[in-house]
Amino acid sequence: MIQAAEGGTAILFPIWQEMVVGAVAFGLLLFVLMKFVFPRMEKTFEARVDAIEGGIERAERAQEEANQTLEEYRRKLATAQEEAAAIRDEARADAVAAKEEILVSAREEANRIIAAGHSQIEASRQQLVRELRGEVGNLAVDLAGKIIGQRLAGDADTTATVDQFLAQIADETAETSGAR
Amino acid sequence: MTDSAMVLAEGDLHFPPGIESFNFRDWFTGLSETGLANVFTTLTFAVWLSVAVIIVFFLWAYRKPQIVPTKRQWLAESAYGFIRNSVSVDLLGKKAGVRFAPYFATLFLFILVTNMWAIVPGIQISPNSHIGFPLVLGLMSWVIYVYVGVKKHGFLGYLRATCIPAGTPVFIYPVVIPIEFLQNLILRPVTLALRLFANMFAGHLILLVFFLGGFQLLNSENIFIQSMSVFSFAMGIAITAFELIVIVLQAYVFTLLTAMYVQSSLADEH
Repeated sequence: MIQAAEGGTAILFPIWQEMVVGAVAFGLLLFVLMKFVFPRMEKTFEARVDAIEGGIERAERAQEEANQTLEEYRRKLATAQEEAAAIRDEARADAVAAKEEILVSAREEANRIIAAGHSQIEASRQQLVRELRGEVGNLAVDLAGKIIGQRLAGDADTTATVDQFLAQIADETAETSGAR
Repeated sequence: MTDSAMVLAEGDLHFPPGIESFNFRDWFTGLSETGLANVFTTLTFAVWLSVAVIIVFFLWAYRKPQIVPTKRQWLAESAYGFIRNSVSVDLLGKKAGVRFAPYFATLFLFILVTNMWAIVPGIQISPNSHIGFPLVLGLMSWVIYVYVGVKKHGFLGYLRATCIPAGTPVFIYPVVIPIEFLQNLILRPVTLALRLFANMFAGHLILLVFFLGGFQLLNSENIFIQSMSVFSFAMGIAITAFELIVIVLQAYVFTLLTAMYVQSSLADEH
């Protein structure tokens, strides 16, 4: 109404009531959106970023944990293998040592037995020689007495002769036994 | 509807349409001679309705925000996120961008929805085809970018930064300073307001030409001329589709330019 009366340029002059209405309406919209809507949107955006980054972080943490566990198991396995190897080596060393010991003692035993046998034999022989010497002397004297007659019995010369003879025999026997 | 456009459409006013097509009667005739003239008209009603629609939609869509958005929450977030990311953060950087995004987003939504009345059947005129509404928005932009600039550089520092482009030789100061002052501190809000106003005004006028022209042809005595009205109406519908593009584009341009003015106020060098 007003503009029509004022002619062509009137459209370029603002109606002040409309400016007031526009300012109030726009102000109300600004107030509501900037107070109740957009800050909440920013919060949602942040929460969304947090959720995504948090998810990534959690995954990374789980991955790290898994890696640690794996590492630990590997270490344990390696330790166990080392232990087993050590035990095996020890057992082998023990077995070798035992074998050596047995061999040594067996050899010693054998030597001892052999030595004992030798000495026993020697002792028996000595004894036999001693016994034989006395007996052979007596036998020889008896025999000679029977052959030559009883008159000669008790003669001192005869006894000396017999002794000499027997000593001779003993020497010979000693020589033969030493040669043997 | 009591606006003259509808009255014209009923065929009792003359063709071609003029600026009188943009005048609206007060809803309550008793107020016409008082200070409340022009307060209750179709245009102010459209403004209030726009604000109500935006508020209701956003409060409803964002009643219970979730990390994984519902469809309507996603829609509300996209409207804000579009201005926030591809205008505000893009031009001003992350920190200042997020700080100013709510204003730019509100500005964009307000212009978009008030523009939209230009093609809503039954109203078919945008409040922005009256210079008063765009002028308020232009002045708001002016207040914001001047305030931001003065806060950052100080009063004289801002005047200096905004009136003297970096690297200007001293001897052309007498020429540059008045031009830059006029351009950056006087004309910016005016051009913002005029651009929006003129687009919506012209859009309404073109729609009137084709639709009223259609009725004018229809009222003819000649059957041949009457049949021609079909083309006029078809053209009007095509222009309506074209208007939709203008509506969105003008809302975007207004917001983008405001963001650029704020950016130039925040910049260290002009």
